[in-house]
Amino acid sequence: MKHDLLIIGSGIAGLRAALQAAYTAKIDIAILSKVQVMRSHSVSAEGGMSAVLYPDKNDSLELHAYDTVKGSDYLADQDAVELLVQMAPIEVRFLERIGVPWSRLPDGRMYQRAFGGMSVPRTTFAADKTGFFIMSTLYQNILRFDNIKQYHEYFVTKLIIENGEFKGVTALDLKTGELKLFLAKAAIIATGGAGRLYRFTTTAHSTTGEMLGLALRSGLALKDMEFVQWHPTALVPSGILVSEAARGEGGYLVNKQGERFMKRYAPQKMELAPRDIVSRAILTEIAEGRGFVHEESGMGYVGLDLRHLGEGVLNQKIPFITELAHKYVGVDPLEELIPVRPAVHYTMGGIHVDTYGRVLAPDGSWVRGLWAAGEAAAVSVHGANRLGSNSLSECSVWGRLTGEAAAKYAMEAPTPATDERYIKAAQGEESRIFDKLLHKETGGISVYELKGRLQDAMEQHFGPFRQGSTMKEGIPKLLKIREDFANVRVEDGGRVYNQNLKDALELDGMIDAALAVAYGALARQESRGAHYRLDYPRRDDENWLKHTVAFFNGGQIQLSYIPVRITKWTKFEERKY
Amino acid sequence: MPALTVKVKRFDGRKSWWQEYKVDIKSRKISVLDVLLKIKEEQDPTLAVRYSCRMAICGSCGMVINGVPRLACQTLLAEIKDDTITVEPMWNHRVIKDLVVDTEPNFEKLRKVKPYTIRDLKEIYESDREIGQKPEELEKYYNFAYCIECGLCMAACPVVATNPRFLGPMALAAAYRWSADSRDQGWPVRAKIVDTDEGVWSCHLAYTCSAVCPRGVDPGFAIQLVKAALMRRAKKL
Repeated sequence: MKHDLLIIGSGIAGLRAALQAAYTAKIDIAILSKVQVMRSHSVSAEGGMSAVLYPDKNDSLELHAYDTVKGSDYLADQDAVELLVQMAPIEVRFLERIGVPWSRLPDGRMYQRAFGGMSVPRTTFAADKTGFFIMSTLYQNILRFDNIKQYHEYFVTKLIIENGEFKGVTALDLKTGELKLFLAKAAIIATGGAGRLYRFTTTAHSTTGEMLGLALRSGLALKDMEFVQWHPTALVPSGILVSEAARGEGGYLVNKQGERFMKRYAPQKMELAPRDIVSRAILTEIAEGRGFVHEESGMGYVGLDLRHLGEGVLNQKIPFITELAHKYVGVDPLEELIPVRPAVHYTMGGIHVDTYGRVLAPDGSWVRGLWAAGEAAAVSVHGANRLGSNSLSECSVWGRLTGEAAAKYAMEAPTPATDERYIKAAQGEESRIFDKLLHKETGGISVYELKGRLQDAMEQHFGPFRQGSTMKEGIPKLLKIREDFANVRVEDGGRVYNQNLKDALELDGMIDAALAVAYGALARQESRGAHYRLDYPRRDDENWLKHTVAFFNGGQIQLSYIPVRITKWTKFEERKY
Repeated sequence: MPALTVKVKRFDGRKSWWQEYKVDIKSRKISVLDVLLKIKEEQDPTLAVRYSCRMAICGSCGMVINGVPRLACQTLLAEIKDDTITVEPMWNHRVIKDLVVDTEPNFEKLRKVKPYTIRDLKEIYESDREIGQKPEELEKYYNFAYCIECGLCMAACPVVATNPRFLGPMALAAAYRWSADSRDQGWPVRAKIVDTDEGVWSCHLAYTCSAVCPRGVDPGFAIQLVKAALMRRAKKL
C-alpha cells in the first residue's frame, strides 16, 4: 500500500499531526494505530494542559519556561522549552476552535488551575477528563478530512529505513492476521511512552513502548531513557491515576499519623512540588513506617485527603477522581482518605529528535522523511522530570509542528517505487512472525510469564531509588529475558485477531526499550530529577549536564552523550520548593 | 473464596461455542476485565478481548455481561454477586473473534453527521482567536460530549437490531452535541441528515441506549431534543 504520509500512533500527538497535515496539503495521509484510533492512552490524561493564556503581572511565557527548565532539573533543551511555551497558548486556542469543551469562567474565558511545579495557575482543563475531551474532539475532527485514512488495529512490526531515509513500514492487520507493506514519502512516529515496562503503572495496558525497541533495531537512537516518571498518586492496588488536579484544587497528602508530611520535603510548595519530589517523599514515609498498609496486596500507601474541598469542587472540578475512587476502591472522598502511592506514569526519554521533531540517527544526522512527536519523542522539553500538564501541551505543539513539516516535505518528495528490496523486507517479516514465532513447537515459555519477569526486574532494579550494585544485578536478568524470548510460545495458532501473537511482538520490543533504560540508569552516576541514586545522591552538573543517547551497535546497547542546549537560564539552582 | 465460573461465548471465524472457565479469585473488588485477562494469561491465551485503559474512558471493552451491555473494566465482581458470569460479544455487531466485534460501521455513521465544528475552516486553522463560551453555553451540550464511542448504546438499541441503516443513538447524540455547541454553525447542514428515516424519526423511544451508557450520556434525550428542534424549525439548537 502507498500513502504520502504515515502517522504511526493515534494519541493526541498523532491525531493533531494528522489534522495539521491534512489542512496543510492535499496529500494522502494514513493513520496506523495498534488500537482503534480513538482509544489511545491520551484519553486517560486527566488534569489539564499548561499554557500562559492570559499573561499579566503574575504570569508570562518567560515564567512558564523558567518553571519548566527548573522542573526538568536543568536537563531540558532550553530552545525547545521556549518553543513549547510560545506555541502552547496558540494550541489551546486551536483546540478551543475545533470544539474542546474547556471548563469556563463566567465571562466565557478558559479556566486555569494550579499544578505541581508551576509558579501560578496556568493549567487549562476540561473537568478532569482533559485528555479524553481533547482526544475525542481531535478524532471527530479527523472525520472532516477525506484525505486521512484510518487503519484501526494495525500493529507496526518494522520500520524500513535505507541510507538514512525513511521508506515505509510493515504492519500486522490484527483483524485479518495479514502482514502488509506500507510505502510512504514521510512518517511521524507518535506511539507514546512505555509505562508497562513496569508492573505498577497508571498507564493503559497498551502503553508498552515496543516502538522504542523497534527504533533501536532500525538504527535510530533513544535519548534520556533512564528518566522514568513516577506519578505520586495512583490508586492502590490498581494503579489507576488520581490526577494532580486533586492537589491543584487543594487536596492534602497525609501519613498514618494524619500529618501533612510534605512540610518536611517541600515546605513552600507542599503538595504542589514537582512529581519527582512528591513521589520520593511518599515512598520515604512508607519506608519509614509512617504509611498505611493495604491488606490484600500488602502495598504501602498514604492518604489523599479531599474531605475539606466540599461537594461543589469534587463534582464540578474533579468528578472523575470522585467516580474512580468510589468505583475502584469503594471510597467516598467526602468522607474518607483515598489510598494512593507512586506509580510509573511517563517516559521522559524517547526517540532522539531535534527541536522540530526530526528524527536523528546516533551521529546526529536527520533520518530524512522521519519525524517523532509526543511522549514517544525526546525533544527534550521535560529533561529529567516533566511538570504535570506540560505533556498535553507538548503533544499538541509537536503534533502540529511535525504534521505541517512532514506534509510540506511529502509534497516535494518523490513516491518510493515498489522495489524488490521492500517486498523482500516484508517477506522477511512474514517469515519471522508467522513461520518462526507463530508456529513454534509447544513447551516454550508463556508470553505473559516472560512479560511478568521483565516488569518485576524493572521494578526491583530500576525503580525510583536506584543503586549501582542493584542495577548491576538487574542487567543480567534483562539479558536472560532477551535470551529467553527466543523460546517464547505463542499458543494461539490462528490468524484472525491473534492477540497472543501481538503480545509476543510487543514484548520483543519492550525488552530492548527496557535495556536502554537500564544501561542509561547504570551509567549516569548522579541524581537528577526522576533518576535518583542512593550511591550518588547529588546532581553533578560538571560531569552529567548532558543527554544520554542510546543506540544499537552489533546488537548491543551503546551509549554516547550530547550537550544540553542552554539559552537563557544559566544559573543552575538547587531545586527547592 | 469459591472459584468463579466464567462462561464465554466464543467465535473463531467459523464456529461459535460456549466455553467455561474456573477462576480462583482473592477479592471481589476486581473487574470482569481483570478476570478475563487472568484467563488469557493463565489458562487460555487464545481468548480475544479488546481492552486498553482499564478505567472506563477508552471505550474498548464493551460486551454483554450477564445479559446487560456493559464495559468489562467498569463492572466489578462485587456488583454481580453471583458466582457465575456470562459474557458474550456486543449485540448488533459482526463478531470478529470471541468478544471482539467490528465497530467500524458505528464510526462510519458518526462520520455521516459531521461531528466537528462547522464554521469558516480558515478561521479555525489560521486565526489565533479565542471564540469563548459561557458556562451556560457549555452546559447545553456538555453531557453529550462525554460519549466514548464504545458502541454499547448501539448494542442495546432495538431499532439498530432490525434496521442496520438507522444512524443510531451514538451518531445522533453526536449530531445534537455539535449542533448545540455555541461555536458551531452546522445545524442547517446536520438537520437535513437527521431529518430522515435513517435519522431521528426511526427512534422508538425505547431508551435502552441511555440505560446502558457507561458514561451517563443520555442519547435518547438527545434524539428527542433533535426531533423537537426539527418540529419547531429551529434555526440553531
